[in-house]
Amino acid sequence: MIPAALEYVRPGSLAEALAELADPDAKAIAGGHSLVPMLKLRLARPSRLVDLGSLGLRGAAVTGGALRIGALTTYDDLLLLGPETPVPDALRDCAAAVGDVQIRNAGTLGGGLAHGDPASDFAAGVIATGATLVICSPSGTREVAADQFFLGPFTTVLEQQELLTELVVPLPAAGEGSAYVAFEDPASGYPLAGAAVRVHPGGFVVGLTGLAAHPLRARSVEEAMATGSDLDAALDRVPVLADDGDVDYRRRLAAVVVKRALAAARARAETRA
Amino acid sequence: MVDGNRRAVTLRVNGEQTMLLVEPRTLLVHALRDELELTGTKVGCDTSQCGACTVLVDGKAFKSCTLLAVRLEGADVTTIEGLAQDGSLHPIQEAFAEHHGLQCGFCTPGMIMATVDLLARDPDPGDEEIRRGLAGNLCRCTGYQGILASVRAAALAIREPA
Repeated sequence: MIPAALEYVRPGSLAEALAELADPDAKAIAGGHSLVPMLKLRLARPSRLVDLGSLGLRGAAVTGGALRIGALTTYDDLLLLGPETPVPDALRDCAAAVGDVQIRNAGTLGGGLAHGDPASDFAAGVIATGATLVICSPSGTREVAADQFFLGPFTTVLEQQELLTELVVPLPAAGEGSAYVAFEDPASGYPLAGAAVRVHPGGFVVGLTGLAAHPLRARSVEEAMATGSDLDAALDRVPVLADDGDVDYRRRLAAVVVKRALAAARARAETRA
Repeated sequence: MVDGNRRAVTLRVNGEQTMLLVEPRTLLVHALRDELELTGTKVGCDTSQCGACTVLVDGKAFKSCTLLAVRLEGADVTTIEGLAQDGSLHPIQEAFAEHHGLQCGFCTPGMIMATVDLLARDPDPGDEEIRRGLAGNLCRCTGYQGILASVRAAALAIREPA
């Protein structure tokens, strides 16, 4: 399979890249591991690719009390960060769950989020860790909470002339722990149900993926955790979709991954108390 | 811009400075096979699943069916043809031949290149680490047991050269 003919530009600045995206048939490319397969299937047929690889958006640093991660940072880059960079455990779990090593070497955090796959592993962790996504356009910068970023299957709040440039992740506090657990489809590796749970002294944050039209924050489940009430009943209020039609099966998987992620997050929180 | 929509890309392939003339849509695997006649790298599934097209880019394993060659300006690419030195097989190649890491051999170049990445990260992987490191490579012949044995043997040979 070969993509349709297209033009290619590799701008050297964010301003140039955003200007290129004024053309509605232009498409930004980061790691390309969602986009190139779509180009090959001709599900996507942009007239021009705008390569984001020379914009200096790769890498992570702690500044201003938060971990700031460039959108072009790969999953493997994140996993190779040393102990001096406090990456929340749930984010590491999610990055390790993505695809295989070849995919993690190429795929980028920002590219995957912007692709908006409803079964994105990483999205669950970004939601549970309370990350903020920095979005740039020619008219300025806006910040969107991760749980407000996804609108539907392969649909996010990003407009044509906007780029996701950075993830801002709060540093884990004392007594806080997080984890991500998923049941993967054995053929595709995508999660049938994935849950990221963060336990902190003030309560719980839960990100779910693979279950609904888009990754989401499950407040009903968080409330049940806080009050000690029935998690299965709380999960009944999550709007589950299943492409194979078996919604009950997905709910059962969801209950298992939520409970396992909660237990793992609690265990990690105890070691950080 | 050269020759209509073709573009010049300068990169290193198996240690040699190389210039490719490619359309922006050209996949690295086709550039390697069709332009440079390095046909060791295989097109298997062509959908980023099977890993038969795995090559090293700047030392890490990538599926070359999912990379656009035009993006690789300045990159250092190694294919299966680049592993043997001075006529001697690489220890991973030796181990695959010795320990029945292949039957038909179609997946083997990709398996071996993924193993290079794996052993660079972890010189002494256990079976679980090997399975995880080669999760992006499919073999339809061996049942994988010979591949596990090959990778274990290769790791030992690299750690403790004879």
